[in-house]
Amino acid sequence: MCGIVGLFAKTDDVQARLGAHLASMLLEMNDRGPDSAGVAFYRDPAPAGASKLTLHHPDVAYDWAALAAEAAAEFGGEPSVHRRENHAVVVVGTAADEAEAWVGMTHPEVRLMSAGSVIEIYKEVGLPRVFAERFGVAELDGSHALGHTRMATESRVTTDGSHPFSTGLDLCLVHNGSLSNHNRVRKDLRREGITFRTENDSEVAAGYLMWRMREGATLDQALEGCLADLDGFYTFAVGTADGFAVLRDPIACKPAVLAETDEWVAMASEYRAIATLPGAEEARIWEPEPATVYSWERDRVAA
Amino acid sequence: MSATAGTVERVDLAATPLRELNQRLHDQATAAERIGHWQILNPSGAHALACGLDAPIEVEIMGHAGYYCAGMNKLAAVTVHGNAGVGLAENIMSGVVRVTGNASQAAAATGRGGLVIVEGDASARCGISLKGADVVVRGSAGHMSAFMAQTGRMVVLGDAGDALGDSIYEARLYVRGSVKSLGADCVEKELEDEHRSEIAELLAAAGVEGVDPGEFRRYGSARKLYTFHVDNAGSY
Repeated sequence: MCGIVGLFAKTDDVQARLGAHLASMLLEMNDRGPDSAGVAFYRDPAPAGASKLTLHHPDVAYDWAALAAEAAAEFGGEPSVHRRENHAVVVVGTAADEAEAWVGMTHPEVRLMSAGSVIEIYKEVGLPRVFAERFGVAELDGSHALGHTRMATESRVTTDGSHPFSTGLDLCLVHNGSLSNHNRVRKDLRREGITFRTENDSEVAAGYLMWRMREGATLDQALEGCLADLDGFYTFAVGTADGFAVLRDPIACKPAVLAETDEWVAMASEYRAIATLPGAEEARIWEPEPATVYSWERDRVAA
Repeated sequence: MSATAGTVERVDLAATPLRELNQRLHDQATAAERIGHWQILNPSGAHALACGLDAPIEVEIMGHAGYYCAGMNKLAAVTVHGNAGVGLAENIMSGVVRVTGNASQAAAATGRGGLVIVEGDASARCGISLKGADVVVRGSAGHMSAFMAQTGRMVVLGDAGDALGDSIYEARLYVRGSVKSLGADCVEKELEDEHRSEIAELLAAAGVEGVDPGEFRRYGSARKLYTFHVDNAGSY
């Protein structure tokens, strides 16, 4: 099964309450994915010249302040860290890829969840209801966010196997479905230098997008490539710095509903997640067509 | 048994558990004093709304419904004032299920009797494995509609998606708009008088006016798949 939710704010009010709205949506998808849950929020941009990383360490008492101090000593600026349960967002005074490489070298004990200037990813095993409470999802604001509830099929229930998966700077992927050729594709992608942490099929989809975009594809082109190269069932939602995109497999095996009002654009596995949003009853509601890329960007929506 | 005339029983799902509602609706099958008209408020996309009804009652769902709404319906007239999720009126036996908006995948799947009306669009696999029910879609129907449809009739006023009527048996399909592609063993057939009157009858039953039955094209089985070969009879 699995559940997907996504919300894109068109007004300041929805932006301020984005976390509360997304948490309500996620709770409706609790039973579709009781194994683990995760969210990606696009919020609180890092200052120019700096970037932010979301990091994970299983120990909630991990010394994030020390890590942030080291980062400040290395790249300048004031140490900046916000802990959220066993995750922390660290602002680093350099470009995201350099910051990411630095953490990988100096702190192999922490896991990188996301890197970029606006993205924050939080994910953990356990009931989505418990996750949302534990991580205070409802308190978060932001321009847009994606969420996922997982019912594991293809690989173990772990933090690394939870969604969203980072697919590059400020990018992430959530997936409902299962891929059948992921072992083959993973082998091919490893040869291209893409690294994987799990045996998870969705991580392969994320790695595939990362590889295609590294090779110069736009997000839409990379998603269209999925139609040719990934075999299986999927509804994908991809978060970007400016918006999000949705793609269903050519048979549309897995559900997806899109809805739009003057205040927001939402996507979810089921309408009941959207029903929690203000004005949902009057929203324009439709099902995305199979094998068709849908995308929203801030500028395009505002226009 | 008698129906109480004129009163409308309103059930608010924001306050009443879904199971309690469905139980009350099921109880109408044997009730001495039947409540003839129901309105369900705040459905909020809940699943399995008004499933398994078995009484000639009218049920109005005042908003969007989730999966398997009005499944296995017998005798009842169920109207969704909004959209319906996956599996609307699955295995309908008799009665009428109407959706004023769109229906998601597999509407009227395996339906054996009765009438399913989608006033908006129906998504993929509408009428899959149809076994005798009638389906009228005012908008368009998605891909793989009427897949393996055995008997029953489907009228689509808009377009049909890819692979219409794949592996179809004896169901009759009528489409007014374009058909993106026909599925295996599904072919266009001549529209004759008996078909025009059949379309007129179904449109009237669905409350569709001002549409000429002559505008439709008829599709059905070429009866060429291996299942139609007597040499393969021993395989079943």
